[in-house]
Amino acid sequence: MAFILRRLAFYIIAIFVAITFNFLMPRLMPGDPVDALFAAAGGKIPPETLAAYREMLGFVDGPLWVQYLQYLKSVVTFDLGPTIMMFPVQVTELLERTLPWTLALSGAATLISVVLGCFIGLYASYNRGGFVDRFYPVFWQFVASMPQAVTALFIFFIFSMTLEWFPLGYGADPDLAPGWNWEYISSIMHHAVLPLVTLLIAMLATWIFTMRNAMVNVLGEDYITMAKAKGLSARRIMTHYAARNAILPVVTAVSMALGFAVAGQIFIETVYNYPGIGQLIFKSTAARDYPLMQACFLLIVLFVLAANFIADVLYVLLDPRLRK
Amino acid sequence: MLKALKNFKGTLRRYFKGNPAAIIGTTIVTTIIVACLSAPLLTDTDPNRRVARGHQPPSAELIFGSTRAGKDIFSQVLYGGRISLMVAFTAAIMTTIIALAVGVTSGYLGGKTDETLMAITNILLVFPQLPLLIILAAFLGQVGPFIIALILGLTSWPWGARVMRSQTLALRNKEFVTAAETMGESKWRIVVVEIIPNLISLVAGMFVGTSLYAIGAQAGLEFLGLGDPTVVSWGTMLYWAQSSAAFIVGAWWDFVVPGTFIALMGGGLALLNISIDQVSNPKLKTGAYIKIWRRMKAEVEARRRGVQS
Repeated sequence: MAFILRRLAFYIIAIFVAITFNFLMPRLMPGDPVDALFAAAGGKIPPETLAAYREMLGFVDGPLWVQYLQYLKSVVTFDLGPTIMMFPVQVTELLERTLPWTLALSGAATLISVVLGCFIGLYASYNRGGFVDRFYPVFWQFVASMPQAVTALFIFFIFSMTLEWFPLGYGADPDLAPGWNWEYISSIMHHAVLPLVTLLIAMLATWIFTMRNAMVNVLGEDYITMAKAKGLSARRIMTHYAARNAILPVVTAVSMALGFAVAGQIFIETVYNYPGIGQLIFKSTAARDYPLMQACFLLIVLFVLAANFIADVLYVLLDPRLRK
Repeated sequence: MLKALKNFKGTLRRYFKGNPAAIIGTTIVTTIIVACLSAPLLTDTDPNRRVARGHQPPSAELIFGSTRAGKDIFSQVLYGGRISLMVAFTAAIMTTIIALAVGVTSGYLGGKTDETLMAITNILLVFPQLPLLIILAAFLGQVGPFIIALILGLTSWPWGARVMRSQTLALRNKEFVTAAETMGESKWRIVVVEIIPNLISLVAGMFVGTSLYAIGAQAGLEFLGLGDPTVVSWGTMLYWAQSSAAFIVGAWWDFVVPGTFIALMGGGLALLNISIDQVSNPKLKTGAYIKIWRRMKAEVEARRRGVQS
């Protein structure tokens, strides 16, 4: 319990650091972001709105700590104001609209890559020196190390542009009305195939390696020798003795990976024109929409922190040694 | 000196022997580096000069074709590689030095210093790197290669610092460090002479790993249009290919060439990293010799059975 509380305190500090970073960023830059924003919008913003932005970013009259408190207040109450690039739309509304796409995509990718990767890793360690052990981890690591922007571009060009097997963008066919019918859901799935495959390529190797190396380390332990000495079958040793212990680092890595998958989708969503939060970050940086950019960043940080916290809790649940 | 050379040769042999990953990785990486360094010898076209009509497909004259603006892609990819590699290696050197300094200080000194340094490290560690980089780059405006190297170097050290720290903690309690302490050696000497040489494989792994990450991050940032588009590098080549609609007009060479260079460099560095891992932790090795070991074991067992019956 003390462990969990200590971690919780740590994450709260981390959130404050993120908020402070967001607060300080526009102040450390030369010039006033609100002026830059006014110029970027071509002077189309009415002065009242500009004043509202100033207030929201904490640029109110008064000493720095007053500004900071003002900014904190607007963050805590989720009063993030309207966006600049799609003017009357609220930042929070835009985030709500994009978040489900990203979460579904990264969730599915994490789940599939973990299950597949762990099996490959288990099999590789089971047959040390075999074909799978010698070539799978290295091959997948090689592929995964190609930057996501590049693999996404290549896959997109081959399967969407040239072969025209998959659509050129969006999360679902824009002509269909959203709803729980087969037509719409199959459209979503069809649109998600390429982004999902690209994410899988990038994530699979991690799990193969984590599982294989954890297994290799566990298999050297004394209790494995003991199990062998008892005359247990190799399969039983693998599944009941080694894998149960080797899975520990994997489980804790999963929730962290989920957080980072959300963060890492920027290139994939940009290339595939997928309506998630990664694309939103890209668009907001291109439009120099600072409020939206900062809100996206904060949201992603919150996600990563939450995922880390879940990982900590899981670790305590799984590893009795930490529960003392 | 001779002994050091022999040692080095031994390490090299251990690194390459029975390890196709190391051989392929080293070949890819050295080929690309040498090609980029010898760019003036391989081509005499200026990467920034218009030499042909726009979007010419690869031919005998233009090996990799031309960009929308009619620039020679072969020359661009070589000269651009110099910038990309420079950024990657600068960022990697910075990261490695900071990580080593923070990790070893924290691990060796312990106490309050350790707590403070690790608190900072852990907080930086939980921040998602990529969004952080993008926000920083966006606030700084269009960032040149030097700034990219700087922000990459300053933000990617926390993970490495943690690894170095835990290794230092393990080394600190070893007999040779205790012996050095008993002999009254200064802390500086212990850190530099006793501890750091034992971290060398970690340092090498970290350098390669960070270079790999930096290649991808730089290409990504520039691809998103956050870099300085007037500088020729692999990332900006991708950016120009994307923004000049190379996709739609079917000028695949415009992004396939820089993309392939980035991908090969990334993959090659990954192979190097795996090989370094296997040298520093032989338990993780795989390969033909495991089969040999198995065969020998089977033979021994067969002989034993023969004795029993």
